[in-house]
Amino acid sequence: MAKANMSPERNPMPSQDPKVRAHNFDEVALGYSEEAAIDEAMRCLGCKNMPCVNGCPVNIRIPDFIGEIKKGDFEGAYQIISESSSLPAVCGRVCPQEKQCESECVRGIKGESVGIGRLERFVADWHNSHSKEAPALLPSNGHKVAVIGSGPSGLTCAGDLAKKGYEVTVFEALHVAGGVLVYGIPEFRLPKAIVAKEVDTLKKSGVKIETNIIIGKTLTVDEIFDMGFEAVFIGSGAGLPNFMGIPGESLKGVYSANEFLTRSNLMKAYLDNPTTPIMKTGKVAVVGGGNVAMDAARTALRLGAEKVYIIYRRSMEELPARREEVEHAIEEGIEFSLLCAPTEIIGYNNPDDPRDPKNGFVKAMKLVKMELGEPDARGRRRPVEIEGSEYEIDIDTVIMSIGTSPNPLIKSTTDGLEVNARGGIIVTEEGLTSRKGVYAGGDAVTGAATVISAMGAGKTAAYAIDKELSAK
Amino acid sequence: MYRITEKKILNPTVVEMQIEAPPVAKKALPGQFIILRTDENSERIPLTVAGTDKENGTVKIIFQVVGATTTALSFKEKGDYIEDFAGPLGIASKLDELKKVCIIGGGVGCAIAMPIAEALHNSGAEVTSIIGFRNKDLLILEDEFRSFSDKLHIMTDDGSYERQGNVTVPLKEMLEKGEKFDEIITIGPLIMMKFVTETARPYGVPVTVSMNPIMIDGTGMCGGCRLTLNVDGKRVTKFACVDGPDFNGYEVDFDEAMSRSRMYSDFERHAYEETCNLYKKEVN
Repeated sequence: MAKANMSPERNPMPSQDPKVRAHNFDEVALGYSEEAAIDEAMRCLGCKNMPCVNGCPVNIRIPDFIGEIKKGDFEGAYQIISESSSLPAVCGRVCPQEKQCESECVRGIKGESVGIGRLERFVADWHNSHSKEAPALLPSNGHKVAVIGSGPSGLTCAGDLAKKGYEVTVFEALHVAGGVLVYGIPEFRLPKAIVAKEVDTLKKSGVKIETNIIIGKTLTVDEIFDMGFEAVFIGSGAGLPNFMGIPGESLKGVYSANEFLTRSNLMKAYLDNPTTPIMKTGKVAVVGGGNVAMDAARTALRLGAEKVYIIYRRSMEELPARREEVEHAIEEGIEFSLLCAPTEIIGYNNPDDPRDPKNGFVKAMKLVKMELGEPDARGRRRPVEIEGSEYEIDIDTVIMSIGTSPNPLIKSTTDGLEVNARGGIIVTEEGLTSRKGVYAGGDAVTGAATVISAMGAGKTAAYAIDKELSAK
Repeated sequence: MYRITEKKILNPTVVEMQIEAPPVAKKALPGQFIILRTDENSERIPLTVAGTDKENGTVKIIFQVVGATTTALSFKEKGDYIEDFAGPLGIASKLDELKKVCIIGGGVGCAIAMPIAEALHNSGAEVTSIIGFRNKDLLILEDEFRSFSDKLHIMTDDGSYERQGNVTVPLKEMLEKGEKFDEIITIGPLIMMKFVTETARPYGVPVTVSMNPIMIDGTGMCGGCRLTLNVDGKRVTKFACVDGPDFNGYEVDFDEAMSRSRMYSDFERHAYEETCNLYKKEVN
């Protein structure tokens, strides 16, 4: 085998030119070639204590799969990843690796950590384009499990149980499976064909997916048990978008990030002749600093906005988005207005003509500058308003991206399901809720978080469900 | 895919359909709505349930042809399929304990008001209905309202059928004469619901309005359907899809709701014309 690659820098990710990609919805990062993947794999020291594995919410055997890449056995690498992850092509693209596996990598001490996420993506893409083999359809073990929601936690839970022979049915409220992977994360970051492929793989392994079924409305959790299911996993996600409660949030041109992204991604408003409209406007202010805010800002840019601001009340250091997304956004020309917060959205109002069609549309935003004060309970420095620092910017669209609260539909129709003050379902370490046989995980439990932590929760629950039902 | 089992033209712009969707039919109650997509890549539109046939597993919808999607839907025939049909969504109208009710429907809103009149009539409540239309040609559901109402007032804007004037005219007359209702339930254009609320205000009768704002998912995810209520001097944001669609009329900010309902009017007009032209081409 070739010698270890001791370059302090990782192999660069080939990407579309920022000037070009700012105007299209094609994927930004293009993925490693086989040569680059092997070269990058050679940077892995194969540490015996495997610190990276502890940084992974689903504990993928990282040095082992990288070892297979070193040998050029990409399918072998895929088999190792798929023992732990049901959605490798997705995770390789959307995980915040720099805060997880890669943050633990020994190579990161003197230089850049191994590009673990990039290698995971390479392996999954290689498998998807080379492997013709359909996943084995296991004989049923006679137990039926229902999964509510087909987002990352639900798909993972379903996939893990199907691998053990359970008859799994996934109920999805929308018309297509994938949850936040299809309505939230944009095409240029996670192509929908990849999600469809992962869902298709699950279907081939025996998972049934029923769309247009809203649990809490079309069916209740109790009725699911009456239908013969022995356990239920709730992965319904974080629903209701939060707003700031400042004046002007109901003006025309103010979106929640959920609405803006759903219109563009799920309903394909970015295509030339869409049936679902979206405002294609000049100057856009996106309020918030998370991954969703980055997605919304970069989507607005691709829809033709001439200027897009990210409005965030802390500094770049505290900005919670995945680092690569922030870098991409900056390269594409998104302007980061940091240490400031909106106080009012101002609408157009023609005093001489109440029928002026522009009336009621967004015209400007009032902001106040902030400085960082004492750390709060979580150790993040609290932003404090600077008195007298108010100013205005001209904009015509606002996208509020300041988080979501768990969807109330299931809680309100399921007796005995306990939730916390913020509406999140209360679960044990194993994912069990206050109702016997009912498990939950993902954003429905934690409030808005990451794809991989939701997958971790789906995995934990699948393990617990198997333990409960196999003991019967 | 969901099959259209019946189709009826109620007037030149209003169509009634029965859609086969047994799980929805089993659950739907008056006041709730469904979300449908006509074809792959269509938009999602909310329509209020106009009735159910639990035995046949069908749900009745009545819709006005106003935009691209309702036009496409109106061109579907009995036996054709639509792509998606999900529900029932929203909270059902609260009709328990109502003994004497005035139901006010405007235009296609009468399609939503009718099952409420029916439910109240069947529960033994005294139902007074006022239904209003622009003219005689647009009148719908007259027979149904006659059979479910103890008293029925039909109003037309131009006087081409029964009485001329707005629905608020007979309401005001009744309230002035000292008629006492437990509740007024009104469904129709926002401007009509606003004026019904204003007419009732001096008499202190509770008013329930049914809001039908722009929606996408209908399950409390996108926030597009938000409206503002004035509750005890505070402005509160609510989502019509999960908190409604019924709201206390005295609390609703109608002017804001009317403004928001016009957010995409340019786009809609354009899309509607495109769709019409498309069908013209197919005919030629």
